[in-house]
Formats: sequence, structure tokens, C-alpha cells
Amino acid sequence: MELLSGADMIVRSLKDQGVEYIYGYPGGAALHIYDALFRQDDVKHILVRHEQAAVHMADGYARASGEPGVVLVTSGPGATNTITGIATAFMDSIPMVILCGQVASHLIGEDAFQETDMIGVSRPIVKHNMTVRHPSEIPTLIKKAFYLASTGRPGPVVLDIPKDMTAPNERFEYSYPDKVKLRSYSPAVRGHAGQIKKAVDMMMAAKRPIIYAGGGVILGKASPQLTDLAHKLNFPVTNTIMGLGGFPATDPQSLGWLGMHGSYESNMAMHHADLILAVGARFDDRVTNATDKFCPGARIVHIDIDPTSISKTVPADVPIVGPVDSVLKEMLSLIKESKVKPDPDALDAWWKQLNEWRGFRTELYQKSDKHIMPQQVIEALYKVTKGDAYITSDVGQHQMFAAQYYKFDKPNRWINSGGLGTMGFGFPAAMGIKLHYPDAEVACVTGEGSIQMNIQELSTCKQYQLPLKIINVNNQSLGMVKQWQDMNYESRYANSYMDSLPDFVKLMEAYGHVGIKVTKLEDLEPAMEKAFAMKDKLVFLDIYVDPFEHVYPMQVARGSMKDMWLSKTERV
Amino acid sequence: MRRIISVLMENEPGSLSRVVGLFSQRNYNIETLTVAPTDDDTLSRLTVTTEGSDKVIEQITKQLNKLVEVVKLVDLTEGAHIERELMLIKLKASGAQRAEVKRTVDIFRGQIVDVTSTVYTVQLVGNSDKLDAFIQAVSALGVLEVVRSGVSGIARGEKVLAL
Repeated sequence: MELLSGADMIVRSLKDQGVEYIYGYPGGAALHIYDALFRQDDVKHILVRHEQAAVHMADGYARASGEPGVVLVTSGPGATNTITGIATAFMDSIPMVILCGQVASHLIGEDAFQETDMIGVSRPIVKHNMTVRHPSEIPTLIKKAFYLASTGRPGPVVLDIPKDMTAPNERFEYSYPDKVKLRSYSPAVRGHAGQIKKAVDMMMAAKRPIIYAGGGVILGKASPQLTDLAHKLNFPVTNTIMGLGGFPATDPQSLGWLGMHGSYESNMAMHHADLILAVGARFDDRVTNATDKFCPGARIVHIDIDPTSISKTVPADVPIVGPVDSVLKEMLSLIKESKVKPDPDALDAWWKQLNEWRGFRTELYQKSDKHIMPQQVIEALYKVTKGDAYITSDVGQHQMFAAQYYKFDKPNRWINSGGLGTMGFGFPAAMGIKLHYPDAEVACVTGEGSIQMNIQELSTCKQYQLPLKIINVNNQSLGMVKQWQDMNYESRYANSYMDSLPDFVKLMEAYGHVGIKVTKLEDLEPAMEKAFAMKDKLVFLDIYVDPFEHVYPMQVARGSMKDMWLSKTERV
Repeated sequence: MRRIISVLMENEPGSLSRVVGLFSQRNYNIETLTVAPTDDDTLSRLTVTTEGSDKVIEQITKQLNKLVEVVKLVDLTEGAHIERELMLIKLKASGAQRAEVKRTVDIFRGQIVDVTSTVYTVQLVGNSDKLDAFIQAVSALGVLEVVRSGVSGIARGEKVLAL
């Protein structure tokens, strides 16, 4: 058997795991590992400018590909800088492995230079974390980390590696395990047959059904089964913001997304439904509004791989713990065999009602002679990219507009921090995607607030030639904060405006990229065409939009699903 | 309602902090907590008593089960069970009071495990109510120090929590 140092084992294990790229930043405690990286060509390392960006890059890649992203950082500040990125991945159940250097074992607990208890610090925001206690454990621990990160409900796994575990002169036998087994960890592999049968009976008897599909459909690769099921039953589908693309947005059965800024028709349909089939969704507070007023007439079937998601906020009538693809497959075969079919008259009447709600809002937003409206930016982006780009977003109004006006027909194309709401996420996430899918169109929809939270990565894009497009929806203010201040604080704009913005065009030039400022509507589409035509350039479109626009619909706080503001003056 | 949840988990460094962290992170309450390795030293048995609505208790058991190092758990209060707590208590015992303390200890079936001319150290085992009652009974006699182990429990009959 081959003898390798701990550092070489780490790199070799990554190679044997099939990892092509890792993202990170070197430092003292990780230097043996960096030296091992230097002495091989299989695992490529991308040097970011701040560790948070490394995690978001890995995250973006993981969301687009479904494979775990990998991060390598040093101890202390290197490790703590990853925390926001790890929490972002944790909230959205993204598979990821974070390798952190640590001070040498004999120094742990002595407040050594660049020492942080990363296991303690990361504990509440990881699926699991582990410390290497002997170099010979490294291959097994890495295999375990990938296994835990990517099975069951996925999530980030941190591996803490004291420096002496990677010492170059101490060599041990290396072999990478094919698989690992943990007696204490066994995620469900299929749903309970009796529960599935019960659910299907309820679905067949429903008169006003709706499918409420979340990010679990995308993580569980269950888009085809979900689409098939919806079509077979002629049920309407609403997606959560994490589930966009899990069911094609342009399908006639799609009602759009639901919740705080969801579509009028989705929220109305949910409130009036008699059966909700929740698939890989978790009844988040941004979806349900006040839970005591949530969908009073609905019985709830809830499919999820994670039992803690079921009946956490809203009790389920039929809980089904299992992988969504396998449960939906079993449902489909029961539906095929079933002699009972959903009542066609009831469904007709339901669709008539749904279509009335769909037609209720004739004007989704008001156009302006003076300003480009932020919605128009997304509409132009959708048109120019033919609806087929990877769209990442930061957090705020632009995120909501992107989710509302870009129609995602495929899973894994809409990449946003839905759970944690991390400003600064979108740009590095787009970098991770562009790196792995160089031929695809990748655009980051951002705002002048969010982009400045990780703007240093423009330098990384130069180093690795990442010609993605940045769509800066510039309203010169923290738009969502300002919207809340308009609605709840009599327009007292406490720290929500962005004074003294940089000249983004010059900034792009300084970094070796292209910046284009757009202030007129007639220039919007041509500028976008031009940006996407520059295949080998990162192009930043600095688009000035109406600084006072709000995102609507917006659910009324502490109301039911159907209580919404539809504009600044119109409330239903 | 008060519940006793008994957890079998991997005896690894950091396992306990995950359990304690889970309770504080999700705003659950720990009333007592005991933990020690079992006959199989790769496993720890942890007993936690907590209070909460059925919904909260359901979440607690699910969240505990979700911890990667938790092998199995049981809510002992769902069935017939035995619960015990150990208390060591130092009492003032001088003069006429010595006899009174001794009598009370006998009534509660405790043992005096250490004696000085002025102090009795008493060991008492029972459910938590019994220990509370003893403290109440001797409170007027002068309690100097109390240490309680927290609750341990086991199901009655054939039911076992094991691998």
C-alpha cells in the first residue's frame, strides 16, 4: 500500500472523490495542504479574495450541479470568515465540505495564534462537523464528510484539521474507502406505503387541490416526477422561491411562486384550497404568513426527507418521510392503477376560479416616463438570455423582481439565498457556476448594496477569466429596507440610502473588466445584448432604476395567505 | 408536561455539546441532564428531562434524532418506566437534632454516609418528588449543601433501549 502524508492524503482523497475544483485561501495552519496541492494537477484550487466568497462559490456550483462544493481555508480568521457562507448553505440545505486548518494539536486550548474553536463556532450551522485526531483517519473522514453532506437532507460538513495531522514527514498507508456506514445515521430511502396510499386517496377526492413544491424537489432531483404528477392529475402548482424551476414556470398549470412576495393567484389558491400537497417544502414563515390563519380549509399532505420539517410550523394531516422522487414515483404508479379519478367537474370549476384570479391583476407594475423600472430590467434579461441562463441573485428587491419576472423552466437555474438572505451571495455564486459551465450564460442580478459586500472578487474573476454578467439594479438605496420604512416607519430612511457610490464603470476598468452605465429605457435591451455578446468579458451593467419602486404583491403582516398589498394603495 | 427523554449516542468528543447546543439554539428547556458511557464504551446514555407541549416534544425528539451521532432515543414518559435520582445532602446534626435527622433519614430510606460531630451527610435515591419531599422535611433542621444527579430512567418490562 502507498504511504502518504496527511496533507497528501487530503488532496488524494479529493481526487478519488472526483473533485475537480476547490475554492479557498491559504494560511499558516493549512500550508502543508497547500504544498500538497502545489505538487499535483488533478485538484485545481481557485484563490478567492475573501474566504466568504470561497464558500459562496462552492455553494453556487453545488446548487447548479447537485454535487457537493469543496472549500479549503486556514484556521482562525480563515475559518470564521466562512461562517456566513456555511450558514447560507445550511439554511438552504446545500451539500458542501469545508476543510479548515487548525493549530497543531498540542496548542489547542492555549489561545494560540490564529486559533478558533471552529467545531464549536460552526456547530449550529452545519449538518455535522468532525476533527481529525490521527492522520490515518483522513481518507475515512473525508469520505464520511461527502457522504453526510450529500445524502438525506443535504448540508454543509466541516472538517477541522490540526496542522500536525498534515505533517509532510509522517506517512501512513493510504486507501480511499468506496463507502462508509454509520450506525447512527440512516436517512429514509422510501416513504411509508400506507401513508402514500392514504395521500393518493385524499388527492383523488380533492375538489380544490394545489401542489406546493419547494427546494426539496430540486435537491431531490424530482422535477420530472413532479411535472408528470401535476400533468396526470391536472393540479395547479405553486413553487417556493427555493423551488423555482422545479416545475416549468411557463407551463399553463404553474401559478408562479407563493408567500410574502408571491403571485396573487398562488396565494389566493393556497388560501382557498381543500388539499395542499407539499413536496420538499418547509412551511417557512415567509410562505405561510400567520400560521393560525393559514389555509383554513385545507388538509395537508407533506412529503419531506427530513422529519423535523414536518409539522414544525403547520401540522400535516398525512406526513410522508422519504426522498421526494421515490415518493412521487410511488404516487404515480398508484394513480395509474387507481380506478378513481379526480372529479373533473370540481377541477373544472377550480380552474375557472384560478384563471379568474390569474386575470385579476391586469397591470403588474406601473411603467414610468422618467425611470427604468426594475421589473423591466428582469424582463429584458429574460428576453435577451431566452430564459435559459443561470441566474444568481443577491438579496433584496432585485431578488424578488428576478424571481417574479424571470420564468424558470428548468431546475438548478435559479440560484439565491432564500433561507438566510445573505447579501453578497450572488456574485461569488455566479463565479462558481461560470467556472464549471463556461459555455452557459451566467448572470448575477444584484443591487448596488449587495454587490459591494463581495466586490473584491472582481479580482478573482480577472485571474481565472470568468466572463459572467453582472446586472446591477441600481436604485441608489437599500430598496427592501426602504420599502419597509415606507410601509412601517413613515418613510424615515434610517441608513437605507447609498450615498457616495463608486463609479462602477471606472471600477470595472480598474479590475480589467467592462462596465456599462444605463439610464434610459431605450438603451436597456441594446446594452444587455452587447453585454452578452462579449463572450470573453465580464460585463457589469450599472442600470439606474426608479429609486422609489416597491415589490408587490406583499402579504399584510400577521394576516392570512390571501391578505396582500397589490400596489402602494391597493389592498385585498 | 414533564418528559424524560433517554438517548443512546456515540461516545465521541463533542457529542454532548451538540445535544446541549440543540436545546439552547431552538429555545428548548433542559431541567436535568445526566450522561455516562454504557456497558459498551463506544456508546453514551444521556437522559434529559424537559417540559413542553406535545408539539415541542415532538420537535425535540425529531431534532435529537437528526443529530448524526444519536443512535436511538425513547421518550420514557410515553410508557411505564422507572426513574431515579441520587441526592447527597449535608445536614446540621448536633445535640438533640441528631436523633431527629436520623429518624427522618430512616423514614425516607436514606443512608447516612458520612458523619462528623456536627454534620450528617445523607445519601438518598428516588424519584425527584421524593427528593423534594425530603428537602422539605429537613429544611427546618438546617440544610448545608445539596447535590443532585439529575434523573436517570429506564422502561419497565421487556422494552429496552439498546443497539
